[in-house]
Amino acid sequence: MKYMLLIHQGATPLPGTDAWDRLSEGEQRAVYAAYGTINQTPGVTPGARMEAPELATTVRVESGRTLTTDGPFVAVKEALGGYFFYEAEDLDAAIELAARVPAASMGGAVEVRPLAEG
Amino acid sequence: MLEQVFRDEWGRVLAALIGLLGDFDRAEEAAQEAFAIAAERWPRDGVPANARAWLVTTARNRAIDRIRRERTLAEKTRLLDVPEAMEDVIDETPIPDERLELVFTCCHPSLALDAQVALTLRTLGGLTTEEIARAFLVPDETMAKRLVRAKRKIKAAGIPFRVPPAHLLPDRLAAVLAVVYLIFNEGYGGRGDLAREAIRLGGALAELMPDEPEAQALLALMLLNDARRDARFADGTIVLLADQDRSLWDRQAIAAGRERLDRAIALGGDGPYVLQAAIASLHLDDPQDWPQLASLYGALARRTGSDVVRLNEAVAIAEAGDLGAALAIVDDLELDRYHYLHATRAELLRRLERDTEARVAYDRALELVEADEERHFLQRRRAELTG
Repeated sequence: MKYMLLIHQGATPLPGTDAWDRLSEGEQRAVYAAYGTINQTPGVTPGARMEAPELATTVRVESGRTLTTDGPFVAVKEALGGYFFYEAEDLDAAIELAARVPAASMGGAVEVRPLAEG
Repeated sequence: MLEQVFRDEWGRVLAALIGLLGDFDRAEEAAQEAFAIAAERWPRDGVPANARAWLVTTARNRAIDRIRRERTLAEKTRLLDVPEAMEDVIDETPIPDERLELVFTCCHPSLALDAQVALTLRTLGGLTTEEIARAFLVPDETMAKRLVRAKRKIKAAGIPFRVPPAHLLPDRLAAVLAVVYLIFNEGYGGRGDLAREAIRLGGALAELMPDEPEAQALLALMLLNDARRDARFADGTIVLLADQDRSLWDRQAIAAGRERLDRAIALGGDGPYVLQAAIASLHLDDPQDWPQLASLYGALARRTGSDVVRLNEAVAIAEAGDLGAALAIVDDLELDRYHYLHATRAELLRRLERDTEARVAYDRALELVEADEERHFLQRRRAELTG
């Protein structure tokens, strides 16, 4: 089974913010280490690094006109912050890996989405 | 008669087929086909010696035929070498019982709770979609959609068909037991068929997990509560435990429940179902052992963090003789919208002969109470105050 794991940062402290700076050096290192471990897990294909959702532009087309708005489609807090792919035995394995994503325990959540076969 | 055989065999046959075919829909379709053939033949030819093996083999052969036919069609070749299903040649290798795998799949936490309930009743319980819809008072179409969506998710999301490994088992077992207990409580409110179905499912779980104290205890709890079914209602209203006609209690069910409870305790169980079953068992004694009940309610309250359970603990402490300690607990609870809290408080104050405060508490309880019966009871008690 192939899964896409979508990381929603929610209230997770992110590098470059005050909340991040308030974390101890040890905590910051632990976050980087956890992502490093996930990227090296057999079956994982890391996603490209995404810039912050604040930098997104949302595009709609209405009656042939292209309309753009500043920011992500959903609220910034709910926006996608990152993703990776995981080829796993079953959903339980994907859930276990999702639970190890730092965002899942720091105020965000991870969505496990199965990829269509074939 | 045949219907009973079907009902008893459905879960095991379906579980075996899912194990063989790895697909819920195919398994269900094949099982239905096999049961339909049986319904036609068995009354005429008699029930085969090994009915279960017959059903599984027949269903499996039908499914294999179907898969072959689909493949052939897909390849746009003519139907040539497809042999007829040989449902009369029974495979004698023993069929593993895979009902546990099935129930853990159906109660996977990635499915919505209402889907877990429906799926468990449909697959393990053998209820039809229409029966489940009726039991939960939703249109047939809604229930059919719920089942289709759940089965689709199992397949597309890769929900495993297996008993979870040890590190996942406690959580997953709790989910399975919660589904069965939810079905029971739906039935306990009046629809007896669901309560019976839950007891049947609970019996299967207890049999499949003989060393799991919580599975034994859940069955005990359901049996002990269900034993009082006939005494719980009179003229369409609920009769409180203390006022129930004990001759209407089902002694056999009580004995069976207590046997299960003893087994759970012997297995070292002290989980929430063991505590609840022990409480249910003690409530059937006359007179009740209130100090023991108080200590069990206390243990359950610490485990669940439930203020309602603490209220029960307070009542037991009061019955055991310590009104002051009971009142201290009640005053500590944050259940201001719960009329039982105020009714209990009023009763404690009345017994402590603090009538003025009791009157205020009765008034608050009367503001919140909804059932007329209870209102009349509270009004009577309030009127008896003298101080």
